[in-house]
Amino acid sequence: MSNTFNRRNFLKLSLLAGGGMLIGIGCNESDEQTAKMPVSIEDLDFTSFNAYIEMATNGMVKIYSPNPEIGQGVKTAMPMIVAEELDIPWEKVHVAQAPLSNDFNRQVAGGSQSIRKSFPGLRNAGAAVKLMFLTAAAKKWGVEVESLKASQGVISSNDGKKINYEEVITEAAKLPIPENAPLKKVEDFTLIGKAINNVDIKPIITGKPLYGVDYKEKGMKYAAVARPPFGASLKSVDDTEAKAVKGVEQVIQFKNKVAVIATSTWAAFKGKSKLNIEWGNLQDDENTDLFDQQMNQLLRKNKLEEKVKSGNVAKARNEADQIIEKTYEAPFLPHSTMEPMNFFADVTDQKIRLVGPTQVPRSSANVVAKLLDRNVEDVTVEMTRMGGGFGRRLSTDFVEDAAMVSHLAKAPIKLMYTREDDMAIGQYRPKVKYKITASVKNGQLTSYELKEAIVNNRGMGKGIARFFPFGAVDHYSATSASVPADVTTLWWRAPITNFLGFATECFMDELAIILQKDPIDLRLELLEKAKGKKTPYNAERMQKTIQLVKEKSNWGKAEKGIYQGFSCYYSHNSYVAEVCDMEIIDGKPVAKRFYASVDCGIVINRSGAKNQIEGAILDGIGHAMYGNMELKDGIAQSQNYDKYKLIRMMDTLVIETYFVDSNEAPTGLGEPGMPPSGAAYANAYMKATGKRMLKQPFFG
Amino acid sequence: MKFDLKINKKNYSVDVEDGTPLLWVLRDELELVGTKFGCGIGECGACTVHIDGKAERSCQQMVELVEGKEITTIEGLSENGDHPVQEAWETIDVPQCGYCQSGQMMTASALLMKNPSPSNQEIRMAMNGNICRCASYNRIEKAVALAAEKIK
Repeated sequence: MSNTFNRRNFLKLSLLAGGGMLIGIGCNESDEQTAKMPVSIEDLDFTSFNAYIEMATNGMVKIYSPNPEIGQGVKTAMPMIVAEELDIPWEKVHVAQAPLSNDFNRQVAGGSQSIRKSFPGLRNAGAAVKLMFLTAAAKKWGVEVESLKASQGVISSNDGKKINYEEVITEAAKLPIPENAPLKKVEDFTLIGKAINNVDIKPIITGKPLYGVDYKEKGMKYAAVARPPFGASLKSVDDTEAKAVKGVEQVIQFKNKVAVIATSTWAAFKGKSKLNIEWGNLQDDENTDLFDQQMNQLLRKNKLEEKVKSGNVAKARNEADQIIEKTYEAPFLPHSTMEPMNFFADVTDQKIRLVGPTQVPRSSANVVAKLLDRNVEDVTVEMTRMGGGFGRRLSTDFVEDAAMVSHLAKAPIKLMYTREDDMAIGQYRPKVKYKITASVKNGQLTSYELKEAIVNNRGMGKGIARFFPFGAVDHYSATSASVPADVTTLWWRAPITNFLGFATECFMDELAIILQKDPIDLRLELLEKAKGKKTPYNAERMQKTIQLVKEKSNWGKAEKGIYQGFSCYYSHNSYVAEVCDMEIIDGKPVAKRFYASVDCGIVINRSGAKNQIEGAILDGIGHAMYGNMELKDGIAQSQNYDKYKLIRMMDTLVIETYFVDSNEAPTGLGEPGMPPSGAAYANAYMKATGKRMLKQPFFG
Repeated sequence: MKFDLKINKKNYSVDVEDGTPLLWVLRDELELVGTKFGCGIGECGACTVHIDGKAERSCQQMVELVEGKEITTIEGLSENGDHPVQEAWETIDVPQCGYCQSGQMMTASALLMKNPSPSNQEIRMAMNGNICRCASYNRIEKAVALAAEKIK
């Protein structure tokens, strides 16, 4: 029996994961001899230049990716930016996941912000080290640094001398790290914009340990935790049967939870299922039906909390030729990451070690330190690759549970959720309704009111305040009210916009029909009005994005039998426009194709970028079609995939993605493809069937 | 209890309780963690392995019932990660988070053993049992078709 799967091995394998198990080195002629000798990355001696870059004497470069990887592709894209400015061949790059460190800013996976916020810092990190190599070579040759050029890891002088970076490693590493090193011109990028494979592709396709669930240490125990329904408390627990399960070592109560600690995952799960628990204080008002009524009452009120206001909506309403009013409804949604929540914690008197899948390593360290009354300096966090995030791992609840159980059990433990734990005691996308009321006068949109009723709105900042058509209508207001509840809610892929995008863009489609305008022309006209106004979005960039999808989708000229729906949305700093082609097959409307145009500024990794858009569209229409979580007395009515439907292969369609050519600073793509997708589908559905979708899920 | 298992052409002896799902024997006892836990009820396909050449959900296979059978996991699909399905997955750059992909590849490779030149519809039907929350489905579909090409 192999007993070698220990902590060191996991780290070794994870580390190797970035560049493949064994790496053939040396792309230059002078390295021909060694090129045929595969070398393990662990055997190389790396010199550190800054927090991001280490180089070995054979020219291999290790680039640390600072942010959590949840499938959004930053572990490939962020190092690409460093490598571009460092100017080395990508084949020589080995990517490693950085741990939580003060050397990096904002180690967070959330809001599609990793690329946008880190782009300048990543460029500077690469450019600074490139300048160090140039400076070292200049000293060696006794020439001015300005007279030298570097490209693909080779420095060359005016008189034709050449030297590889690695030949001046020692000298370069001794130099101070320069500030304000010159950056490349965007036109000179050679790596950014290419389609580069996921850096973890090899370990993924060969099943190597990579994820939190794969993490293991010698002596580690497994823990499963029973948690109360929303709002309920632990009344009593009989653990006799649980303790009789072979492998179960301890049963520990903490807060309103019961942890079963065992020698294997299966024993922990089985032990948990054998707990005889009586929950007390079940909340009969934690019901989706009741929430519906409460939300409807709020939407009937006039005075909700004001988010933003311009002009005089009431006056415009009084003078209107026509008032249009629609209400759109969306359910709670669990995040459904394929890798259920889990975390490793080893709490000792000396230190606290945390390893696992988190989108927020910094807050994980902070909350655990606070929870156990320890110094945050004693806490280390290592990030594993994550089997999806979608916002769920922005919460630290499971990290806290892991740390608490390790603390109480006095053992290193891996906390594991069953799928039922994951789905039933989740942190859902809040149930939400939008009521939109618009005034029309003389064939023009004159006022627009957006009302939001939402269950347990949790820290969504300015929320719905300034999204399109804000800025495009003279008289505008957005107001909101929240139904307080015990059910835990959280950011969920494309927070707010995942459903606000749907409501807005379905409403625009209705408006276009009433105003007898082409739906695309209506958006372009409204955006024209928004020009020069202070809006979060740039109206011109949105227009260009729309024009691109209009052209690519053959909008308005589609073949007979193809019904097209349009939608566009600016969210999370990127612009996306989509057209859905629907056909009637055997009497049923079937979505066959999506065209998407995207302005995310400079595209970093074309393969990853397209993958994000394709996934976001299918994920978006999938949840719009099927996603639904109902609660009764605080108990989730769907606890596993037998009663919760996610989109599968048979519902998928062809997607064509086009990027707007741009030299603007790059923005993120984990989320922006999703908000317009449901409305493009629903607007096509309306054309094909005459039926208007106002409520998600479309097919309950 | 002791069970003798044949996995990836190697013989293993494990000491686990009756009724332990093969999934947890692979992951916790044998450290073959490429087979993933997703739902535990056979609905998501993340734990797919081959048993006597057929794609099966390892979370639904009790250890006592797979003794003596030929079990293949993602780690044993090929020696060097170069099974046509693995190569196709790499060429198409399929994964986003990647978690479900070993299950997807085991389903795809079982399909191609049975039907080396599947139609698009046959690919879609065969892959319908495997959930990908990132919805990398279009690339999965392309990769299965490419793998079929490679096998020809």
